[in-house]
Amino acid sequence: MNKTDKKLKEVTIRFAGDSGDGMQITGTQFTNTTAFMGNDLSTFPDYPAEIRAPQGTLFGVSGFQIHFGSTEINTPGDNCDVLVAMNAAALKVNLRGLIPGGSIIANTDGFIDKNLKLAGYTSNPLKDDSLNQFKVYQVDITKLTSLALQDMNLSNKIVDRTKNFFALGMMYWMYNRPLENSIKWVEKKFKSKPEIAEANIRVLKSGWNYAETTEIFTVKYTIEPAALPKGKYRNITGNSATAMGLVAAAEKANLELFLGTYPITPASDILHELSMFKEFGVKTFQAEDEIAGVTAAIGASFGGSLAVTTTSGPGIALKTEAIGLAVMVELPLIIINVQRGGPSTGLPTKTEQADLLQAVYGRNGEAPVPVIAASTPGDCFYTVFEAARIAIKYMTPVFCLTDGYLANGSEPWLIPNPNDLPDISPKFRTDPNNYLPYLRNAQTLAREWAIPGTPGLEHRIGGLEKEDITGNINYEPENHDKMVRLRAQKIEGIANDIPLAQVHGDEKGDLLVVGWGGTFGAIRTAVDKTRAKGNSVSHLHLKYINPFPKNLGEILYNFKNVLIPEINLGQLNKIIRAKYLVPTIGYNVVKGLPFTTIELENKIESILNGDTK
Amino acid sequence: MSNLVEEVVTKSTTPNSKYTFKDFQTDQDVRWCPGCGDYSILAQVQRIIPDFNFPREKTVFVSGIGCSSRFPYYMETYGVHGIHGRATAIASGLKMARPELQVWVVTGDGDGLSIGGNHLIHLLRRNLDINILLFNNQIYGLTKGQYSPTSEFGKVTKSTPQGSIDNPFNPIALALGASGNFVARTMDRDPKHMQTIIKRAVEHKGTSFIEIYQNCNVFNDGAFFTFTEKETKEDNVVFLEHGKPLVFGKEKNKGIRLDGFTPKVVSLADGKFSVNDLLIHNENDSTLAFILANMTTNPELPRPMGIFLDSSDHCYEVEMQKQIENVIQKKGRGNLEKLLNSGDTWFIN
Ligand code: SF4
Repeated sequence: MNKTDKKLKEVTIRFAGDSGDGMQITGTQFTNTTAFMGNDLSTFPDYPAEIRAPQGTLFGVSGFQIHFGSTEINTPGDNCDVLVAMNAAALKVNLRGLIPGGSIIANTDGFIDKNLKLAGYTSNPLKDDSLNQFKVYQVDITKLTSLALQDMNLSNKIVDRTKNFFALGMMYWMYNRPLENSIKWVEKKFKSKPEIAEANIRVLKSGWNYAETTEIFTVKYTIEPAALPKGKYRNITGNSATAMGLVAAAEKANLELFLGTYPITPASDILHELSMFKEFGVKTFQAEDEIAGVTAAIGASFGGSLAVTTTSGPGIALKTEAIGLAVMVELPLIIINVQRGGPSTGLPTKTEQADLLQAVYGRNGEAPVPVIAASTPGDCFYTVFEAARIAIKYMTPVFCLTDGYLANGSEPWLIPNPNDLPDISPKFRTDPNNYLPYLRNAQTLAREWAIPGTPGLEHRIGGLEKEDITGNINYEPENHDKMVRLRAQKIEGIANDIPLAQVHGDEKGDLLVVGWGGTFGAIRTAVDKTRAKGNSVSHLHLKYINPFPKNLGEILYNFKNVLIPEINLGQLNKIIRAKYLVPTIGYNVVKGLPFTTIELENKIESILNGDTK
Repeated sequence: MSNLVEEVVTKSTTPNSKYTFKDFQTDQDVRWCPGCGDYSILAQVQRIIPDFNFPREKTVFVSGIGCSSRFPYYMETYGVHGIHGRATAIASGLKMARPELQVWVVTGDGDGLSIGGNHLIHLLRRNLDINILLFNNQIYGLTKGQYSPTSEFGKVTKSTPQGSIDNPFNPIALALGASGNFVARTMDRDPKHMQTIIKRAVEHKGTSFIEIYQNCNVFNDGAFFTFTEKETKEDNVVFLEHGKPLVFGKEKNKGIRLDGFTPKVVSLADGKFSVNDLLIHNENDSTLAFILANMTTNPELPRPMGIFLDSSDHCYEVEMQKQIENVIQKKGRGNLEKLLNSGDTWFIN
């Protein structure tokens, strides 16, 4: 039959199914192929905390959303245009994210009585008229998959596990994507199990052929490549970028990378990745707990390694005392917090920005620590690299904040040339004459790094207050006051060594939207959309939160209003108000989800219309 | 490519001269209470350590918090005075990063067995080549006299006016239970014995654990006097020596005999038993080590001192290094450009 081909600028697709249905793999495959085709994209994996929740239940639904296009894409999309629902629960959970008039591709086998009951439907939504405002495509994916494999003599379980590739095949057809990338991936992944490889490839092709030959689908879409900057690209998640950024920093610094850590969602993938980089001499230590993770890192730093500890909020709570020790002994240490919903165990697989105050202030005593935050998955690379530079140059622990959304989300990433990365050149002291452990560099106020193995520099460090210059234990009131101030000055001085903040849009105007961390994409898109309507709105996204860039205050004073959207109850807002005495406006939603652009647009417009509450 | 640490460390040369104990003394005033058992331990370490002829600059003492943990400040080596309970973890990280260093942990019964219990057992099972000196004084000294995890049941202290109601740890049994490969006990008042045990601990490859009975003369004076003082020591302590029968007593006329798995005191004087009937110590026998360890909690039996177990197993830091070397041998040294360009890539022109 005749099929028409339409061009689209951008599309958002959501794959949803049981947590055992392989939706994350399906989404990742679609993403990699789409990236390969030169589209700009952003993804949002959304999965339950339970590893294999009971089948068919609402809380067991796992989703993967991808927003891609021929234009600049900064967010995974507020709503989806297409929802692939492998069962009734997946439909129920995700329907509210589907735009009116959007498409549903439903696996009819997932809508049998048992599924409907588990999802809490009293009648089958595919049969009643509750989905009238959508285009519904009903496909018995389960059955078609087993037909495709019927001569292969595979167990039902294996057959069932391939059905996600049928859905993938259909979507590849619908959006004009080649199958080759995924076929290659399957061949590699199941190298030792050729039967399973064949089954997956067959099912993938069947899905494609089914869409091509049956009359169900009449339109296929083309999305042209985006006008991204020239160069070589790969797709990257925040956690991968973090792992690679750490290796890059260690290579540049010519130091051994040491990771002391404890498994925790959503940070564990950094450990997994780094443990595969042994050819770089990377040492990864899965410790007995969070405290051992960070203290082992401090030990390694004393020994001259580039030491890192990775975790999420609850882990930071446990590491707090040790971070204070790192402040006191003035050794380089990178602390990565992949933030998740809190407090306590909170929402392990959901995103949040509520650990900012913990990073800036959360220690006993006056214990200043630089804090920097990544804004996109690819930016995690540069952020940890910068953390390493600061940690080594200033002999200090550095907080690096990412979040669950950045960690698992992905984007096409322009691969940097290692030669273009900034220099990190640590210097170990070797001269045994007149060594004083707490003598500082006049400019940076950093003390020297003297490592065991160097004759004549034997010295002791520890958590007790140090005497200025000598580093001996000292309890004198004046000395303590001096040391407290020196430690603070050292961190404040970093402001002279970081780029000035840059405003996107006009330097002066009605409204400045200030953000930090993973909300970059949503804020940037919302600001650009309201700017396009002729409004005076600008965007400032902070990478450096402690210390702030030197020109921040000046920029804030240039705007009539300042809006600070955060996925917390106003933490950056508090710091900025306290420091600059500016009457900022907060926008705070804490649902464990990234912001949608539409909610930010609405907020921006209401402020421009005079509602500055 | 050698990394920066290697460049710095190999450039440095070790002084040729032989060390004396003075080389390991620092310019800091030692601040323990006069009469504290810690002084003896410091002196024995400073006396024995030159014998190893190991470069001072490659020696590191790591401690946590407590009276014992001031130790690194008094040793003219590298040192870290860490935070409460975490010395074992700090030392582990250091040893993994720099396997060529000689790393010591100095801890106490509170630091090592209470707040730091978790790290201690995990260090023992990982078997990094680290020497642990656990000063056991059965009390919290630095915080001025609360009961500790080794204080006896019913101990009356500031925090337990009615007597403590928890059972104490037996540090030797704990270390053995945590797969410790070198587990020993000595005491502050027996310098010779302590030096011998420390020497053996340093020679041992893997984690060595030494419990040292240490008198806190301010808050728990005399806790171990039965075992350390001349009048009572010989009748209440049995020294473990590899390959030798367990004989003790002022007149050397008592011994330990195994009745099934139960050690019992027998007299060698009444003609019923001779030395040939006694239990022969075997440092390499882990089952025997447990039996000997449990003698600690039986007041009818003399307290064993010496090496309960000396066995060998792979060391974590060695295995870690091996894995890295194997991968480098197979794949070649990592190349950053290659890493960044790995996986699926594409060009935008
Ligand atoms: S309080 Fe006890 S253990 Fe501490 S230094 Fe004084 S005597 Fe020694």
